[in-house]
Amino acid sequence: MAAWNESQAREILRRHVRREGALLPLLHDVQAAFGHIPGPAVPFIAEALNLTRAEVHGVVSFYHDFRDKPAGRHVLKLCRAEACQSVNSEELARQILDRFGLEWGATTPDGRLTVEATYCLGLCASGPAAMLDGEPVARLTPASVDDIAREIG
Amino acid sequence: MATRIFVPRDAAARAVGADKVAAAIVDEARRVGVDVEVVRTGSRGLFWLEPMVEVTAPAGRVAFGPVAVKDVAGLVATRFATSHALCLGRPEDIPFLKRQTRFTFARCGVIEPLSIADYRATGGWRGLERARSLGPTATIEEVTKSGLRGRGGAGFPTGIKWKTVADTPAGRKYIVCNADEGDSGTYADRMIMEGDPFLLIEGMAIAGFAVGATKGYVYIRSEYPDAIRIMERAVTIAEAQDLLGQKAGFEIEIRVGAGAYVCGEETSLLESLEGRRGQVRAKPPLPAHKGLFGRPTVINNVISLVSVPAILAEGAKNYADLGVGRSRGTMPIQLAGNVKYGGLFEAAFGLSLGEIVDDIGGGTASGRSVRAVQVGGPLGAYFPRSLFDTPFDYESFAALDGLIGHGGVVVFDDTVDMARQARFALEFCAIESCGKCTPCRIGSVRGMETVDKIIRGERAAANLALITDLCQTLKFGSLCALGGFTPYPVMSAIRHFPEDFDRPQLKTAAA
Repeated sequence: MAAWNESQAREILRRHVRREGALLPLLHDVQAAFGHIPGPAVPFIAEALNLTRAEVHGVVSFYHDFRDKPAGRHVLKLCRAEACQSVNSEELARQILDRFGLEWGATTPDGRLTVEATYCLGLCASGPAAMLDGEPVARLTPASVDDIAREIG
Repeated sequence: MATRIFVPRDAAARAVGADKVAAAIVDEARRVGVDVEVVRTGSRGLFWLEPMVEVTAPAGRVAFGPVAVKDVAGLVATRFATSHALCLGRPEDIPFLKRQTRFTFARCGVIEPLSIADYRATGGWRGLERARSLGPTATIEEVTKSGLRGRGGAGFPTGIKWKTVADTPAGRKYIVCNADEGDSGTYADRMIMEGDPFLLIEGMAIAGFAVGATKGYVYIRSEYPDAIRIMERAVTIAEAQDLLGQKAGFEIEIRVGAGAYVCGEETSLLESLEGRRGQVRAKPPLPAHKGLFGRPTVINNVISLVSVPAILAEGAKNYADLGVGRSRGTMPIQLAGNVKYGGLFEAAFGLSLGEIVDDIGGGTASGRSVRAVQVGGPLGAYFPRSLFDTPFDYESFAALDGLIGHGGVVVFDDTVDMARQARFALEFCAIESCGKCTPCRIGSVRGMETVDKIIRGERAAANLALITDLCQTLKFGSLCALGGFTPYPVMSAIRHFPEDFDRPQLKTAAA
């Protein structure tokens, strides 16, 4: 993941600036490039889109996806919604969090793993479900917690 | 000739190892010198059988499942013999599929999703061609006559919405597809986008033609990366063939949400598309009059739009002949949660909830008894067994202070604590509230605290009265369905499962 730099940001901006309602696609690409929405990105984007800094900050802070600091090298999103609850996802989530010594949304001290809550991945007939680094995993069992631990090394 | 082997690449199949199975089949076939072609399809929606692999045979396809990597060597060695223990016979003969009326999901799990040739060969674009031959006005009439109502949950007649936009003069109009399918227990939008993306493109093109819009947006939630990838590729492929773009007179852009449940609410979605916080707009003005960028906008759920091509191609009457009362046509019911046979079941409206859960779903996956069923997502009511005779249609569920919503049915066994479920409904509302209106923003938090008191056994009767009162405020005072419908799961849990709220009383010194 690159560190914040204006030349790369300008390149991303160039792709979006003429679009209708450019802010969300722009923020997605900024986060994809820098791993989060770096502080200096806010005034930079505001200036380019003729918005106030408050407006851009308001959007960044409204949406759960946008981060103000980088996540761990691996991101595990565990579904906490009803369909997964019905197959004991909360118990499993607790095992995972305890194993890595984490609370929801936190990152391990070595920066290896962030565990986040998500509310539905559309894998509701195959729960408990999760997403590891953007890849879906389902029918989780205590044994799959070991697999996940192996995968993130 | 190579044997064609079909392996789903639907996210729910990939989540249980379909990619590894597909790779193993290729490797094993090469190793033993069998000529195979592996085709990745969508899913048929029989998720307890995923990964479900299908093989071409003289009498049609034969299915095997659930296939694990360790099964592949044996399957290839026997050349996918029907005597294999995992053989399911012809997929169409599996009772779960056989009992369905696959009107909208006919191709899903069958064709190669990104093959425009497959799409055309299976009747694709016939709906759009018929719309063009009918003209815009008659196309809208056809949709109205079909009785199709909004499948996102609100159930508003699609034809009337289209007519409103068509009748509103403007230089620029939009078609917006709501693919922000955030309800737990639902995955129909995801499946059809991953399994039959051109169907959505065709549905949107018909809508654009009917109302005079030249631009469409598909707003897909970020939790669906596979659907996003496939829809983007499908749009590119359609553009290359001039089925979309300048020459076609209609273009489509894929936009990605950012993890806000409330953006499934139509006005909030429009705000988000415009690049703002996903805060709900007060209505009126209706989006049909002043929608995206202030222009007349058709905003429809994925399933509403993908129902349209077949309605046009087969005729409105064929669709309207299915269903009951004012709920016409078919609904993709999504069985989810603790259910033995979880999956997508497209059927005409009118099955009873009991038939859906017990006969089709086979009861719980855990083998315990079914205690509660939440229908219609996190804003839907919990139903006890005593209401299992309720027919699955818009009006019957509304009459019981519930909703069918987007068609999700989440099954819980007898270990469920309904007070916890009521608390979760309020917690979810608090997490996802856009903050614009006070009942939802503050009421959800106060409600959660009050249920906590009930769970702890603090003044249960007084706190239950307080929750009931608060739910009235949420129901009638909220701007949108998030605050307005959160009372459904809360009050249904209290009404139908009162024993779970009768906690041991806390002994306080002050008493």
